[in-house]
Amino acid sequence: MSDRERDDHSGTETTGHQWDGIKELDTPLPRWWLWMFYGCIAWSVVYWVLMPAWPGITGYTHGMLGKSDRAAVSGELASLEALRGHGLVKLKSASLEQIEADPQLQAYALQVGQSVFGDNCATCHGSGGAGGKGYPNLRDDVWLWGGSLEDIRHTIQVGVRSGHAKARGETVMPAFGRERMLNTGQISDLTEYVVALSHRKADGAAVARARQTFADQCAACHGPAGTGDVARGIPNLTDAEWLYGSSREAITDQIMNGRNGVMPTWEARFSPETIKALAVYVHANAGGDVGPAAAAPVAAAPSPAPAGR
Amino acid sequence: MWKHHAKFERNSIILTIGIIIAVSIGGLVEISPLFYLESTIEKVEGVRPYTPLEQAGRDIYVREGCYVCHSQMIRPLRDEVERYGHYSLAAESMYDHPFQWGSKRTGPDLARVGGKYSDSWHVDHLTDPRAVVPESNMPPYAFLAKQELDYHAIEKHLAALQRVGVPYTKAQVTNARADLEQQVDPFAGEASDLKKRYGSKVQQRDFDGDPSRLTELDALIAYLQVLGTMVDFRTYKAEDPENLR
Repeated sequence: MSDRERDDHSGTETTGHQWDGIKELDTPLPRWWLWMFYGCIAWSVVYWVLMPAWPGITGYTHGMLGKSDRAAVSGELASLEALRGHGLVKLKSASLEQIEADPQLQAYALQVGQSVFGDNCATCHGSGGAGGKGYPNLRDDVWLWGGSLEDIRHTIQVGVRSGHAKARGETVMPAFGRERMLNTGQISDLTEYVVALSHRKADGAAVARARQTFADQCAACHGPAGTGDVARGIPNLTDAEWLYGSSREAITDQIMNGRNGVMPTWEARFSPETIKALAVYVHANAGGDVGPAAAAPVAAAPSPAPAGR
Repeated sequence: MWKHHAKFERNSIILTIGIIIAVSIGGLVEISPLFYLESTIEKVEGVRPYTPLEQAGRDIYVREGCYVCHSQMIRPLRDEVERYGHYSLAAESMYDHPFQWGSKRTGPDLARVGGKYSDSWHVDHLTDPRAVVPESNMPPYAFLAKQELDYHAIEKHLAALQRVGVPYTKAQVTNARADLEQQVDPFAGEASDLKKRYGSKVQQRDFDGDPSRLTELDALIAYLQVLGTMVDFRTYKAEDPENLR
């Protein structure tokens, strides 16, 4: 059956198969392909020797290079830390006020802060930090939990009602409507009262009716004058800043359902230095809460980049 | 020697047997060590099976195809660790059936999204992603808040997972329904049966901001909030030689 013969036209051998007079050429593999194939086999042997490759009974061959992805990444993180070294060491030792007072260190902290803010905080507080319904505005001078450098740092570290053992926010606002602590009439009167507290026109009769309810139910936390308490994160009802909206519907909704904001704790995700840098960034971004010293850095603070992604 | 090759090529039975032998050797060498090698079986503290509510949320995650855009694996690369946190450990997905590692990231990796945002942020974001992230291209999932969670078969579901190797106890399977309902009960307290069965770190609260109903959104957020939070990386020794690979 197999009579190999040389084909006159191409000069290569045939396989010797023949069907109805049609013969099959046995063209050899191109040399370049064949050598690459052998080369790959040879390379695989080199690879076994150098890299982790073969499993055994109790372990695997680690290879002469001792390559480990996990060791590599921890090495890279260490070199990243070394690269940031100078500023990082200073951030570690300096107090928040010292960071803000030293223009060079402050500029460094602001850059760290901006990058971390963009990746983690902007998701809720907005890329510019202006917040939104339910998410506090970080650019103004009204602070639920205090706007000093230390207050901001502390809030970032432990979060608000975050489950952290020392989290801020032990006080929660009850859902007066949902839990049937107040009836609808009382809530609508209270809404008018809260509107009046923030120096807006309100229904006088309703305000008078709600006075006692406010004293009984709300004043314990919000204070008799409704001015709140920063130490316990209780909002001031007399200013023009509203976390859940200033409209009557929004106020009624809040009294009905008593939402309590949650901010995660960042202690486990960020190093203490990063939290410091972030606090400096947020503080500068908001214009600084205390002292004239903070006034100058504001101009130097890079405005957060507009969302370019 | 080469001429014996013709025997294989000309006899289909011999060829089939030859293929089976060759593939089996390859498979045995590549796959079987994964079942007994210490270095491929990570021993990590803290990883537990999902609670019934989390598992129900996971099913919604899979049903809605979240994995099409979101991966759940932080690779050991500098930029990923910097952005998402500690790289994922194999043990962290050992009770995942099917796993959600993925390789496509239209959205960010979610392996450590648990605890990163508040529940109400997840509610806002799933209802209308662009309300909180203007540049997002994620579709809205507002309907999840309106759909009651269907968990009539949750015991069977846990039993099925038990069959494929998830170490649910008998009590966990038989009480699945009660455990599921307890997790959304904000007044269940520290001494709840759920915490006894799944550990004190289990998060118990109303997740979707509507305590009157148990919705699919409750389940999904419960699942998202537990992702990547089971292992305590303050005590995990990443640099130990046995953990390096």
